[in-house]
Parts: sequence; C-alpha cells; structure tokens
Amino acid sequence: MGDGGELAAEKHVRYIVTVEKRKDSFESLVMEHIRLNGAYWGLTTLDLLHKLRAVEADEVIEWIMSCYHPESGGFGGNVGHDAHVLYTLSAVQVLCLFDRLDALDVDKVADYIAGLQNEDGSFSGDIWGEVDTRFSYIAICTLSLLHRLEKINVQKAVDYIVSCKNLDGGFGAMPGGESHAGQIFCCVGALAITGSLHHIDRDLLGWWLCERQCKEGGLNGRPEKLADVCYSWWVLSSLIMIDRVHWIDKDKLAKFILNCQDKENGGISDRPDNAVDIYHTYFGVAGLSLMEYPGVKPMDPAYALPLDVVNRIFLRKEH
Amino acid sequence: MHGRPRRPDKPEDAAAAEAKAAKLRDLQAQVLHNHHSRTYTKEALGLSFKLLEINPEAYTAWNYRKLAFQHNIGELSEPEAIKSAIDDELRVVEVALRQNPKSYGAWYHRKWLLNQKLAPVDFKREFGLLDKLLKVDARNFHGWNYRRFLARFMGVPEEEELKYTIDKISDNFSNYSAWHNRSILLSNLLIKQSKGFESKQKIFSEEFELVTQALFTDPSDQSGWFYHLWLLAQTSSPENPQLIASWPSNGSNLSLSSLSSICCYSLKEGILPIVLYFNEPVKGLSSSSVSLNSDLVVSKNIQWRPLSVTDSGHSNCWVTYLEVSNLECNSLQQFSVEVSITNSDEIVSRSGSNYNCPVHFSFTFELSNNDSTAKDIDPIHELISWDFSEPLLSHVNPSCICFEQLKITTSLVHKESNWHLERLSDEIDLFRELHDDNSKFAKLTLARLLLACAAIKSRGSSLVERKGYCEESLGLFNDLIDLDPSHKRYYEDERSLVLMDQLTCDMEAFKKYCSVKALPKLAPLNHVQLCRLSLTRIGFAERLLWVQMLDLSHNNLRSIEGLEALQQLVCLNLGNNQISSFTALEPLTKIISLKVLDLSCNEIGTHPIDTTRYICPSPFSHRVEACEAFEECRKKNINVEEFWDAILFFKHVNLVQLCLEGNAVTNKENLRTLVVTLNPSLKWFDGKFVH
Repeated sequence: MGDGGELAAEKHVRYIVTVEKRKDSFESLVMEHIRLNGAYWGLTTLDLLHKLRAVEADEVIEWIMSCYHPESGGFGGNVGHDAHVLYTLSAVQVLCLFDRLDALDVDKVADYIAGLQNEDGSFSGDIWGEVDTRFSYIAICTLSLLHRLEKINVQKAVDYIVSCKNLDGGFGAMPGGESHAGQIFCCVGALAITGSLHHIDRDLLGWWLCERQCKEGGLNGRPEKLADVCYSWWVLSSLIMIDRVHWIDKDKLAKFILNCQDKENGGISDRPDNAVDIYHTYFGVAGLSLMEYPGVKPMDPAYALPLDVVNRIFLRKEH
Repeated sequence: MHGRPRRPDKPEDAAAAEAKAAKLRDLQAQVLHNHHSRTYTKEALGLSFKLLEINPEAYTAWNYRKLAFQHNIGELSEPEAIKSAIDDELRVVEVALRQNPKSYGAWYHRKWLLNQKLAPVDFKREFGLLDKLLKVDARNFHGWNYRRFLARFMGVPEEEELKYTIDKISDNFSNYSAWHNRSILLSNLLIKQSKGFESKQKIFSEEFELVTQALFTDPSDQSGWFYHLWLLAQTSSPENPQLIASWPSNGSNLSLSSLSSICCYSLKEGILPIVLYFNEPVKGLSSSSVSLNSDLVVSKNIQWRPLSVTDSGHSNCWVTYLEVSNLECNSLQQFSVEVSITNSDEIVSRSGSNYNCPVHFSFTFELSNNDSTAKDIDPIHELISWDFSEPLLSHVNPSCICFEQLKITTSLVHKESNWHLERLSDEIDLFRELHDDNSKFAKLTLARLLLACAAIKSRGSSLVERKGYCEESLGLFNDLIDLDPSHKRYYEDERSLVLMDQLTCDMEAFKKYCSVKALPKLAPLNHVQLCRLSLTRIGFAERLLWVQMLDLSHNNLRSIEGLEALQQLVCLNLGNNQISSFTALEPLTKIISLKVLDLSCNEIGTHPIDTTRYICPSPFSHRVEACEAFEECRKKNINVEEFWDAILFFKHVNLVQLCLEGNAVTNKENLRTLVVTLNPSLKWFDGKFVH
C-alpha cells in the first residue's frame, strides 16, 4: 500500500496500552478532563484490531463507573470532573464494547440525557445550557444504544437538526452555523439513527464531502483547509451513511493515513511526521476500518462502534 | 495534538516538561478541590484563572467559575461592582482565547455571561474582539457563530451583516465562512422580502456577477464554486412542483389480454396501481388533494403512499392501489377512472411551495370473468430467458407498447419565466470561455449549467430539446473523469443520469432499446434492454413507468434507487453489476408485481461495510422492529445478526424466479434455507427447479 507501508497494528496496540501509563506527562494532563473520551478512543481501536483482551475488562469498568455521578445520572470526563453528555456517551460506548451495559442504571442515565432536551428539540451538553448539534447526536446515539429513544421527543430533535442544514447540503453547530465535517457526522448520524435521512440531499452533501479529499489523499473538514487524519472518520462515516463513499479515492486516503503512522513507537498523527496521539490513532484505524482494510474489524458508521457490537445490541434476542 | 511535529524529547526539554507538568497537576487538583468544597474566594478564583490560561479546555473549571460568579454576584448590589465582576470573567475568556481561539468552553462562557443580562453589553468591545480574532483567522467558525449570536442579541439588521460579509470577501475571495454567511443572510432577506430584496431576479444577477469575479480571479479556490452552485440551484429549480408523468397514462385502456389494450399483469391479482410522478419531492397526496372518479365504486379512503426507499413524507413518486378483485362482472366489462389534481395547498414541495398547475387525466380498464385462461395461468410458469433478443418494435404491432406514456402531462407543465433561461445562457457563454483552463470546477459547473438549462427548456415542451445539452455535458463528464481521477466515480454517477436522460428523451432513439417479449399463452411484456452502457445508477424513472421487463445487465450499477416507481415491472435482470448488499435492493420490495429477479454476478456478500445500511429500514434506524421473520429464521438456526438484511429483503418480495449465483453471499451456509423459507412462492432458484 504505497509509501506508508502496511498498518503497524502491533505497534499501535502497544502504544495504546502504554499511553495509559504515561498519565503524568504534560500532554496527558492537558487531556486529563477528557480521559473517558480517551478510553473510548483507545479501547475501540483495540477492539478494531482484535485486541480488546489486552486490557482487564473489570478494571476498566470499575474506573468508568468511578466517573459516574449517581445524583445526576451523567458521567464526567474523569474522576472528580463534572457530568456532561460528551463523556456519558463515551462511557456507554465503552460498556457496549464489553457487553456490560448491565453495570448501568440504564433508566437513570437515559433520564439524565432526556432531561437535557430543550423546548425547540435541541440538546444542552450539561446543566449550563450550551447547545450544539454535537449534543443532539450524543443524546440520540446514547439513548438508542440504551433502547430508550422513546424518552425524548424524536420528531422535535430531528426538526432542530434539520434547522441547522445549510445551503451547501451540510450542517452546522446551530442554525446558521457553517458546515463542518465533524458537525455533519453528528447530524447525519443522528438522522440515520432516527430513520430520517430523507432530510438530506445526498448528492449535494455527498459532493461537498467528497471534495474534502485533498491532493495528497487526506481529507479536510471544510473547504480550503488542510487534510487531517481525524476527518478520515468524520467524512467517511458520513459518506457511508448517505451511500456516497465511492466518490472518494480510497487508496489515496489509505496511503495518507498509513503515512501518518509512527512506525517506530506506534500511534498515528494528524499529518505525516507530526506527534501522535490517541485521538488520531483511533480516527486513523477507524478510517481504515470503514475502507475495509484487511485485518481491521468493520465499523458501524452511525454508532461509531464495531459492527458486531452494534448488531449484537439491536438484533440479540432479548430486545 | 494538531500540528505538533513528531520528535524525540531532548533531555533539557524533559526537565522543563516535568516542571510544567507538575505545575499543571497541582493547579488541576487545587481547582477541583475548590470546586468540590465550594470555595469561591478571590484566591481560589485566581487559581482557576491560571488553570484556564494554560488549559482553556478544562471544562469543569469553567463550570466552577460560573458557580462562583453566581455565588458572588448575589452579594453585590452596586452596578459598578457587578460590572467589574463581569469584566473579570470577560477577561478570563479573552486570555483563554489567546491560548486557544477555538476553545468551546471559553466561547460558551462569554455567551453565558451576556445571556445573564446583568449589565449593559459593551458591543463595541465585543465586535472589536471579533474583528481582531477574524483578522488572525478569518475562518474561525467559533468567531462566526459568536458574531451571529451577537447580531441577534443586539438586533443588528441582516442588511448590515450582509455588508460585513462583502468586506470579508473583498479582503480575500477565499473565505468560505463569509460566503456561507452571505448565503444564509440573503435567503432570509429574500424570504422576508425585506426592502431592496423583493426581486430575486435582481439579487441573483448581482450575486452571479460577484461570484464570477471571484471565480475568474482564482479558479482553483473552492469557496466561490460552492456559492455558485447554490445560486444555480436557486435559479434553475422550478417555483412550484409539477406532475410530469403518470401510470396509467391519459386515455389508455388496460386489460389482462393485450389485443387492443395495454396488458396489466397486476389486474390478475385484483390490484390496479396508479402512479403519479412529480418533478420534485412533494408531500400531502390524499383522497382530498387528488380526486379519483370512477364508475367502479372507489372507496372514500384512498391511500396515497410515497414510493421511495426512505418512505418519508416527501417523494417524487406516489402510488395508490385500487382493489378490483371483488368486482362482479359476468361478461367483459369496462370501467373508467378519472384522476384530477387542482390547485392544492396540501401538496407541497420541500421548499414549501404548493402545487398550482391543475391536471386531469382518465383511463379505462377491462375485466372479464370469462377470461379464465388469463386468470389461471401463472405468468412466469416457465423459466424466463434473457438471452434472446426479441423482435424489435417495427416487427410487431406498435400499439402493444404504450409509448404514449412518454408524452403524458408535459403539455400541462408551465413554462418558466425567460429570466432564468437568459441568466443560465449568459453563464454558459461565460464558462465556455473559462473552460479551456483545465479547471475541473469550471468544467463541472458548465455541465451543471447545461443540464439546468436543458431542464428549463424542456419544461412544457418536447423532451427532445434536452438532447443537445445532454451530449455536451456527457463530453464534459468524460473529460472530468480523466482530469480528476480521484473523484472519477462521482462523475460516472453524474454521467449515468445524463446517459439515461439522453437515451430516453428522444422517442425515436429510445425505441431501439424497446421490444416486446412474447410469453407462451400470455400477453407479451413491454421489454426494455439497457445493457452494457456503463450505467452506475438509475435516473428518469418517470419515463419507464410502463416497463414490465427490464434488462439492466452488464452495467456498473451499485444503486437501483428509482426503480421503485416501476409498478408494472414483472421481470428484472441486474446480472453482472456492482450491487453489494441486500439493503441496496430495498426499492424492489416496493414492486408488488415483481416475479423474476436475476442478480447473478454481483458483489453481495463481498463487502463488510454496507453503504445502504442506513438508507433502508432496519432495527438500527428504528424503522423496523424485531419482526416475526427474525423469529422464524432463528427457529431454523439462521443467524439473524449475520443475515438480518437478507431476511428483511426476502420477507418483503414475492419472487417466482431468483438467480443469485456469482455472489459471495451464496457461499454462506443457510442462505438457501432462508430464501426458500421466506419466499414460499419461489419456483426457480439459480436456474434450478425448487421442490
């Protein structure tokens, strides 16, 4: 596969497992407040590489539950940090990976999320009231994984997302907000999960998204911006949900991602030769998964979890 | 970490980093401690300030400051003191934004403060801050969001904000954020019909000039091209939805035999579908918005259903099924049906404009009790072969095929105002000049302009008008495939639509692809063969509503969306295409008449990532609940997690013949059991008789 060679899966697994132990570096401390997101990125990557067993499940779940706020029903980004939907989704996703939703008071968590829906259908991220379509996605995704979508007004939630649709076919953080690939993923994902993709002009949005592919093969998040490995996920997953992923050149993108690997110490960076981090390692591997890279588990584009996990959640007999 | 170079730590760096880390660790611990103990002293607040200065993303520290602010403000009564408390917070935000101008927490803290409305807002300071920020990074979307927030907060007229966008665009044409804001503001002003914005024609002419200037300055910059596409869509889309096709067509006569009429196989099953096809997705078809008059007793509760994979309220294509099975008739009897749509506020497009071109058509159908031969024989008793080309139209009675269908309601469609056409023609001339530039955007825009022009020109007149435009744009798409190979398959998809347009817009040329398929003891089927044409997807299905047998084999089809409109389809050949999942076949579940399906040599089962997983109804999108078919399959030890898509497909079709060979999925155990279990009517599977 070109200059970047093959996926250094073993190295990435080692990188993820050891990142955990370098908690005291400045970089880790700056990210301390989003450690639960980090857990989701790292663990999902391990699962995609068939190495989830490299970690001790019980330990992980115990730590996850130590970020839980039983009085509100939400999760903080780390022990001692305030509850927010951003980390609640990560907690639920990690529990899904381990098939351990039983560790949760499902209704309590679902009520926390549902309680953040506003009159206009939008969602606040926490009690302080910041509104963003990211939170709409998080709420819808979390509730769906918990089989509790009926706790919110889905129609209003969908209407709010549609009100954030732009004339270029994309979506912004709020009505009038500029289209951005990350925000588009959130809105398309929320519409996909609620069976509402008909609100999207798939050709228009598909063209905008496929034009995110830059000359060097990587994807950017907005017109005239630099390519970045993280958009491999945001753009690809959106393109898959609207059935337009064939409009980009997958080989060139795979090469770009593989070129961003640190082949010595493991990990993937935003662009070639930059410093690696867990976030880009996840998005790089997830991007390869969406492109059916050999040896990587396929992923569900809407729930951002391995396909087998999502199929299990929605098709297992008890539900 | 965005944009930080990868390099090994130097020893002296390591020591400094260690000290830096220790400081941050202490700060974070202290702030969290103060947060948990609700300590809101000046000193404690100072620590949170220090933390946010280093790490503006530490969201709990922002929460802490809000709590502290609420706590401390309660003890203040002097407006000056309140103002100073607010200023302190605003300053923290500014310092944090200096560290990270994209900090969500910092921006929200500022909005939150303003929304408290505790003191008059110094808008000069706010806009000043924004100007500074957008000067450093004119694309900072947090900045633009905040600007929209401020404008709304203080009631700045949209006209003023529109002027700001032009300032930014004049600074640098390559500012997508400014173009975006312009499109939002302009559409609002046009909808509101604000003073100076009453004429869409005047505004869009000016905008075309503005953006063209930008495009000619730097044809490689994307910003202007997207804006141009938006202008084009605004100029070329019809003002109101229009009916462009129906089945049955006006004046047709249907029966089970075909001697003097059009053969309709579904009559055998006592069902008569009526299909209405609009030029854009509409909603609101009902027994009150569409009137149906017939000498056969028609139930008052006619249900019009949208025919689209998404099953949404809006669809181009709508169908109702008339029940004709329990009609009592002793001898040959003729019934007539009249359909009319008057001006209707109920039928509306996505953009909210309503249907305003009244249309009326009628047709007849014959039923006979004595026609037992036709009734009893299964039309697809014998294995259908696709190999032999049937006699062309010229050899048989032309009245067998209802080419009249192609004319339908075009004469009822309104002509657009000339302005649109003139505007587009001007643009075409302009881009023909630019286009030897080898700019892919220029070529693509020219192709889009040509197709938009074709659509307007053929509205209300003959479809043949489109042909020249189609040919020129086909050439452009072929060029684009060479010029920009990364997006090759986008251009191929666009080309596929134009190709189908070109093939079907000229009746004389189209006849070459049409024939009749004679079946033993039965009326012949209207047969269309569109093979080996490099089609990748289906377009202009409204011109194929009458087709009963469709051969699309040996193309590159990966999507068959659109075929759901073909409610007369009995036999379909999709062999040797690129269909990659059962979910991609969802349109076929809407065709009740479909009996024969050839899917040989496709890619079903090859791809772990299913790109139509969310387009078609599934438990993941909450459009299908766990169904009986899943249970039925579990009983036969079929893995539902593995086969859910096949189960949902085969549960909803009623095939007599199926060919699946040459797909990876056939190697899977249990597939055959699944198909036969869910499709009891199946007689032929992969060319072999099913017992």
